[in-house]
Amino acid sequence: MAKYLLLKHYRGAPAAVNDVPMDRWTPEEISAHMQYMQDFADRLEKTGEFVDGQALAPEGSWVRYDGEGRPPVTDGPFAETKDLIAGWMIIDVDSNDRAVELAGELSAAPGAGGKPIHEWLEVRPFLTAPPTVTE
Amino acid sequence: MDELLLRSLTPSVLGVLVRRGADFAAAEDAVQDALVEAVRVWPGDAPRDPKGWLVTVAWRRFLDATRADASRRRREDLVDEEPAPGPAPAVDETLQLYFLCAHPSLTPSSAVALTLRAVGGLTTRQIARAYLVPEATMAQRISRAKRTVSGVGFDRPGDVSTVLRVLYLVFNEGYSGDVDLAAEAIRLTRQLAVAIDHPEVAGLLALMLLHHARRASRTAPDGSLVPLAEQDRGRWDTGMITEGVGILQAALARDRLGEFQAQAAVAALHADAPTAEETDWVQIVEWYDELAGLTDSPVVRLNRAVAVGEADGPRAGLAELAALSESLPRHTAVAAYLHERDGDLLTAARLYAEAALKAPTLAERDHLTRQAARLNAGLRS
Repeated sequence: MAKYLLLKHYRGAPAAVNDVPMDRWTPEEISAHMQYMQDFADRLEKTGEFVDGQALAPEGSWVRYDGEGRPPVTDGPFAETKDLIAGWMIIDVDSNDRAVELAGELSAAPGAGGKPIHEWLEVRPFLTAPPTVTE
Repeated sequence: MDELLLRSLTPSVLGVLVRRGADFAAAEDAVQDALVEAVRVWPGDAPRDPKGWLVTVAWRRFLDATRADASRRRREDLVDEEPAPGPAPAVDETLQLYFLCAHPSLTPSSAVALTLRAVGGLTTRQIARAYLVPEATMAQRISRAKRTVSGVGFDRPGDVSTVLRVLYLVFNEGYSGDVDLAAEAIRLTRQLAVAIDHPEVAGLLALMLLHHARRASRTAPDGSLVPLAEQDRGRWDTGMITEGVGILQAALARDRLGEFQAQAAVAALHADAPTAEETDWVQIVEWYDELAGLTDSPVVRLNRAVAVGEADGPRAGLAELAALSESLPRHTAVAAYLHERDGDLLTAARLYAEAALKAPTLAERDHLTRQAARLNAGLRS
């Protein structure tokens, strides 16, 4: 088993196929979208592949150490140019193929018009110690 | 074995040990040992004075643990000076523990953790689960807090308002997992109200009860927010509301108004209304005026703007809002709501979407996004 991080972006991902901002959906479409993601997580919990997931606030800052005795540097008011993660889910699956398969399924969450969003999700394997070889 | 009895005795036993000069952390270890012993012995041989029993065992454990210490002599002298433990006013030590746990040298999160541990008697694991942090993290937070207060004198009376603030923090954490922090905060505030005669303690207890009574109706089964006006009032806990109102009235009658009493008065007016339309908004505005006088908090003035919007119409509410900084939390959400009530749906939809981006919780963000979506869908058709 290996862990993968699925990342959903507010900004910075290539445009989705069904690219309509959420406040332009109907309330029913929003509910259907939420339900889809919840069902997805519930199902992975049952298959033993779900680890954790959280949503992130839309605004964040880049921060950097700026030398002894000085406050950290932050990147200032250019938030709209940044790549921003909207949320993440950690899964623990047998193969990279399975991780890609699940990300594809999550990307099919319904959006405006009840049609799949086809949004781009980032799939990142965790760097972990190699498993013990048992031959 | 009555676990609740043990939990309720824990703080006063701990308080006795600390008052006798035991270091806070060492005292807690000793009390834990005594509790384990109680679980083992009591089912076969229940003591007549459970607290006295626990004090005796815990104090012995404490002495055993510190006997090898360099300060052995001093501590053994201490035990000679102490009267034999017996029935003692139980509330006194507990009260001092409250003050110790809310000591100003602690950060709010440390104060909360220490209060739940020492006064509430919760296990570190339970507190960690409630705050969704690893147990090791919470254990560190608590032991650092203990070190911080280890040199603090135990006899100085503390600041009641700090204690109340800590309890309110616990209450507002709500719950997750196996510990309902709101219920725990109510239990502790009840205990405090028994120990100390202070109208603001009563005010906070009333406020918690009035909020808690409506909790079940505040979220839909799918976790989404249900605004006050749309809540099923049949699901409100009327017993808890009656109790809260009674406590509040007794406190108000003493004519020493404070922040929590005024907040509870607003909550009581909401709880009192048979329907949302029958809410007495005029009186609510008056209470917000009192609150503003007591705290001068911008958040209070924001809430007041909402109440004015209901009492005198959305235009009046927007005029109040215009005087407040837009950086206030929920300012945009309030503006959206008032514009919608004023009939400016286009502006309202835009502001709801903007407010969603600033929402502090997922439930609130989804709620605001849905509001925007609802208006936008209506505008399109």
